[in-house]
Amino acid sequence: MTINAADYLIFDEESGTYIENPEQLVRDDVEKHHWLNVARTVAKDWRLYLMLVPMILVFLLWRYFPMYELLGSFKLTEDAKPVADQYYSGFSYFRTLLTGTGNTELSSQFWRAFRNTFLLSFYGLLFGFPMPIIIALFFNEIRSNIARSVYQVLTYLPKFMSTVVMTSLVMMLVKQGSDSTGMQPGVVAHMLSSVGLISTETAYAGMLNNPAFFRAIYQISGIWESAGYDSIVFFAAIIAISPTSYEAAQIDGANKMAQMRYIVLPSILSTIVIMLITRIGSLLNIGYEKVLLLYNPDTYVTADVVSTFAQRNGIAGSLKGMASAAEMMNNVIGMLLVIGANTISRKASDVSLY
Amino acid sequence: MKRKLEISELIFKLLSYLLLTMFAVGCLYPFVYTVSSAISGYVEVRDSTIVLFPKNVQFDAFKDVFNDNVFWNSYTNTLFLTFYGTIWEMVLSIFGAYALSKKRLLFRKGFNFFLVFTMWFSAGLVPQYLNYLATKRVFQGVGIMDDKWLVVIAMGMQAMNIILLRNAFEGVPSEIEEAAIVDGATELQVLSKVYLPMSKSILATVALFFAISRWNGYFWARQMISSTNEQPLQVYMRLRLEEYSDPERTTNWQLSHTYAPDSVIYALIVCSIIPILVIYPFIQKYFAKGVNVGGVKE
Repeated sequence: MTINAADYLIFDEESGTYIENPEQLVRDDVEKHHWLNVARTVAKDWRLYLMLVPMILVFLLWRYFPMYELLGSFKLTEDAKPVADQYYSGFSYFRTLLTGTGNTELSSQFWRAFRNTFLLSFYGLLFGFPMPIIIALFFNEIRSNIARSVYQVLTYLPKFMSTVVMTSLVMMLVKQGSDSTGMQPGVVAHMLSSVGLISTETAYAGMLNNPAFFRAIYQISGIWESAGYDSIVFFAAIIAISPTSYEAAQIDGANKMAQMRYIVLPSILSTIVIMLITRIGSLLNIGYEKVLLLYNPDTYVTADVVSTFAQRNGIAGSLKGMASAAEMMNNVIGMLLVIGANTISRKASDVSLY
Repeated sequence: MKRKLEISELIFKLLSYLLLTMFAVGCLYPFVYTVSSAISGYVEVRDSTIVLFPKNVQFDAFKDVFNDNVFWNSYTNTLFLTFYGTIWEMVLSIFGAYALSKKRLLFRKGFNFFLVFTMWFSAGLVPQYLNYLATKRVFQGVGIMDDKWLVVIAMGMQAMNIILLRNAFEGVPSEIEEAAIVDGATELQVLSKVYLPMSKSILATVALFFAISRWNGYFWARQMISSTNEQPLQVYMRLRLEEYSDPERTTNWQLSHTYAPDSVIYALIVCSIIPILVIYPFIQKYFAKGVNVGGVKE
């Protein structure tokens, strides 16, 4: 059976064209006759609506249903009972986490995790954000297509490695030495100690066992992983600049710096602003997998983030309600940041991200 | 028109080549080091004397990995998860994105919000974990005992990728669709004969994103798959790493091995990234397009 084209593509004889906005037409129609017509429209076009069903189901079952289970953070959680059968305990978990009532230790761990989440993201913004832009500017200087492809292939590559591979590499490169097997520290730790950046003892004890290095290792491995790949967006904005702008500038005697300043930067500014706003919006959504694979009890001071705090206490441990409450606070603030960032972006540039 | 390079231009060009070369070498170095360490001898790896090239070459670490049935098992499991996971996600996303791209769809804004909201807010690890446990019980109740299916069906599905596809479908000129409908094409034919062929590069990109995230998936697989036989490669690698970074487990290692325990980890890393390295150069050209379409809209 075919879709009845005449129902949706309505030919307007006066103007000699098809009517532009079939959605509005259907909508007007529906408004006139209300729900009966909604049902009729859906029934007539049932194939289209059927296509939506599997996707909606998957999102309902595995994205929205967990939100219902967040009720557990307001209830006394007993593992055996489903959330619906538990007793409400009000905001007691939130109070404990925020003020330390009943469990000061847990509360201070929560605040530490919250601070670390923010700091890891913030340093990522500070050091990680400019890198792709700089790399994109450099890519633009490479005129030979072959050379540029080679650079692109190499610098995008780390993005496609799994977190396990990446963290395994990091762990091996800076691993500790051991007396019982005679193992020497990893090659990067070795190099760093031989040029005197860190002491031999520090290298031997393992840089990943030292809270002072965790943030640096996290950021550097982050840049290694994604700076090349993230430059794609900026590079696309740069190559979209018309060559005539450069030619005009050269005739006017603009040197390289002037061209950067007056042609390239203004042209990619909107892309930079949008990407910056996105980054600020996701300041509290940190990849938990990488932290989970790199940290250990010695480095909790600088490494533990809210998600890993929740994983340790709620999945590995048994404080399910408490852990859900912790992550919920983090994610609600995160959501407000995203929505705020999106609103600003829409106002500033007429482009919103979602 | 030939023009002389100005000094500032020349300096900037040289600087670009120099710094990009350094960065590219930095990106490549860990992989070269991995291969070299996987095939170097015990003493050299123990003393960290390998800088670039392998020394005292042996292939026993690879042989040891290949002789381990658990390794092949985990490799097969990862292939299973990647294959079925990608198909599952592609089919659902294509149908969903196609419907969402139609302006005549009622409550279109509502459905879009339904998707986008999951990008803004996530319930968090613990509720998701409890939810997956409940799913697991349901699956076992209906006789699906293999936890791999749980991972395939319940995990994955990114709203971002669906929106990427939707935007690509919206870019297909409506005249072509109208022509197809006038010629008597059904909805499915419009999708398969008009939309899919016209969005090949974005489909390739999205499929690649799905496949790579399936191949690389670790956390939920480790939480949800209980039997060793069903573990994917990433979980297996991590378990071996945890085992070998404990010095007590490897005290008398050199008495029975020609290679260091680290070489096994390096060999495993090589095995896990080879499939990606093989397909990567062919698909690399599609990313730029995908990323650009993905950025902005509505």
